[in-house]
Amino acid sequence: MTGISALKVDNLHKSFGQHEVIKGVSMEAQKGDVIAILGASGSGKSTFLRCINLLETPNSGDVYLAGEKIRMKRNRHGETVPADIRQVERMRARLAMVFQGFNLWSHMTVMENVLEGPLYVQKTPKSEALEKAKALLAKVGLADRADYYPAHLSGGQQQRVAIARALAMDPDVMLFDEPTSALDPELVGEVLAVMRDLAAEGRTMLVVTHEMGFARDVSSKTVFLHKGEVCEEGAPGKLFTNPETEQFKAFLSRMN
Amino acid sequence: MDLILEYRSQLVTGTVMTIQLALASLVIAVAFGLLGAWAKLSGSRVARRLALGYTTIVRGIPDLVLIMLVFYGGQVTLNAIGDATGLWGYIEISQFVAGAGTIGVIFGAYFTETFRGAIMAIPRGQIEAGISCGMPRQLIFRHIIWPQMVRYALPGFTNNWLVQLKTTALVSVIGLQDLVYNAFTAGRSTGQLFTFMAAAFVIYLALTGLSDIAFRALNRHYSRGVERA
Ligand SMILES: Nc1ncnc2c1ncn2[C@@H]1O[C@H](COP(=O)(O)OP(=O)(O)OP(=O)(O)O)[C@@H](O)[C@H]1O
Ligand SMILES: [Mg+2]
Repeated sequence: MTGISALKVDNLHKSFGQHEVIKGVSMEAQKGDVIAILGASGSGKSTFLRCINLLETPNSGDVYLAGEKIRMKRNRHGETVPADIRQVERMRARLAMVFQGFNLWSHMTVMENVLEGPLYVQKTPKSEALEKAKALLAKVGLADRADYYPAHLSGGQQQRVAIARALAMDPDVMLFDEPTSALDPELVGEVLAVMRDLAAEGRTMLVVTHEMGFARDVSSKTVFLHKGEVCEEGAPGKLFTNPETEQFKAFLSRMN
Repeated sequence: MDLILEYRSQLVTGTVMTIQLALASLVIAVAFGLLGAWAKLSGSRVARRLALGYTTIVRGIPDLVLIMLVFYGGQVTLNAIGDATGLWGYIEISQFVAGAGTIGVIFGAYFTETFRGAIMAIPRGQIEAGISCGMPRQLIFRHIIWPQMVRYALPGFTNNWLVQLKTTALVSVIGLQDLVYNAFTAGRSTGQLFTFMAAAFVIYLALTGLSDIAFRALNRHYSRGVERA
């Protein structure tokens, strides 16, 4: 193993105004890792994930995708900005994101949602993209919903479409931000099942979640964020049975 | 009825003029509206201030005053500047340009608000989904923002257009021979003002009715994914 990690985040800082939300977080995912990110509301989980694909611009710190660093520079106001937006776009195409609120494009059918990235970002030939999209919709159990609009699907179905849309890009790393938090309890299972399959296939995933069962059973590593810092991290088996910090203990007792 | 047939060519040319004016000013208004909405939503404070000034001034002044101001004042002003600087010679602003231009700029202010509201109605998350797929800005605009913006803008757009179509009647005061002008002239010379105004009434109603049908079709097209399939 030469040890180039699929994703590496180095000493990331992010403030909103005076309020520092991420205070130097580092994280490394090898290919096939599933990292579960836990933390109380407001601990900075979403912000951290959004800094990785530059939906938020970090104030400092580096993100490497398969060893390639996302280059940043300072603008004339001294703010950190991407040095090359084309590079950022290329990196984003390899970093799929699944949102809490699904964020499907409401004017496009399920099929059009899944085809959009391959056809217009990756410029995949139509027939090839179509084959793959069909296979992905079958995989998430929605082959018969290809011509539906998002508004006509349940939340669980919409989230599975969003996962298919993310998979269509053949991403190197998938970022999930509380993918089941907006779902009715009876719909959570169907989405988690799809994510378990992805983990079993060896997909590299960062998953912000409140599903302790998923973190414990599926993740290869669990990270507990507290007030913008990594408070505790390690193998889930060890972390869940022997939490070391008071903060993580308190968090776990609140979750159960 | 016979009278109307006798003067039908005046009514037809007037109607054509009205339609031309309405369409030309619509193009101008939409261009100003898109520019204004872009400015109002842009990160540049200067652009936002300019757009705010534009919509505030234009919406606060009667259309008729602006039309006369541009027609009678605009030419004088342009020529004064031309004389003083020697940059251009005598310029004549035609009635059509003054009319269509002024109405277009006036309604651009209303379209600015319509388009701005429509863009803001698009859920931010859908744009973020595009960004996180690596879509470049212009692709996000064409595939995600534009189609949904049109849908959200259509009701306001329809309304603006109908008012704008009727506002073209004001240009008869600067002597442009539109439907109202020609109907009025024919009515006066025959002493049958009521008959010709009734004819104008019916023609305007037909134009707005046709617009309504066209916009309904557009609305159906752009409401995909919203109405029950
Ligand atoms: N765009 C923003 N502007 C200002 N403050 C923000 C912004 N986004 C997040 N914050 C603040 O940053 C902090 C961390 O927010 P973040 O959404 O990352 O938390 P989280 O861990 O994802 O919480 P949750 O579990 O509720 O999703 C919060 O205090 C939040 O108010
Ligand atoms: Mg969050």
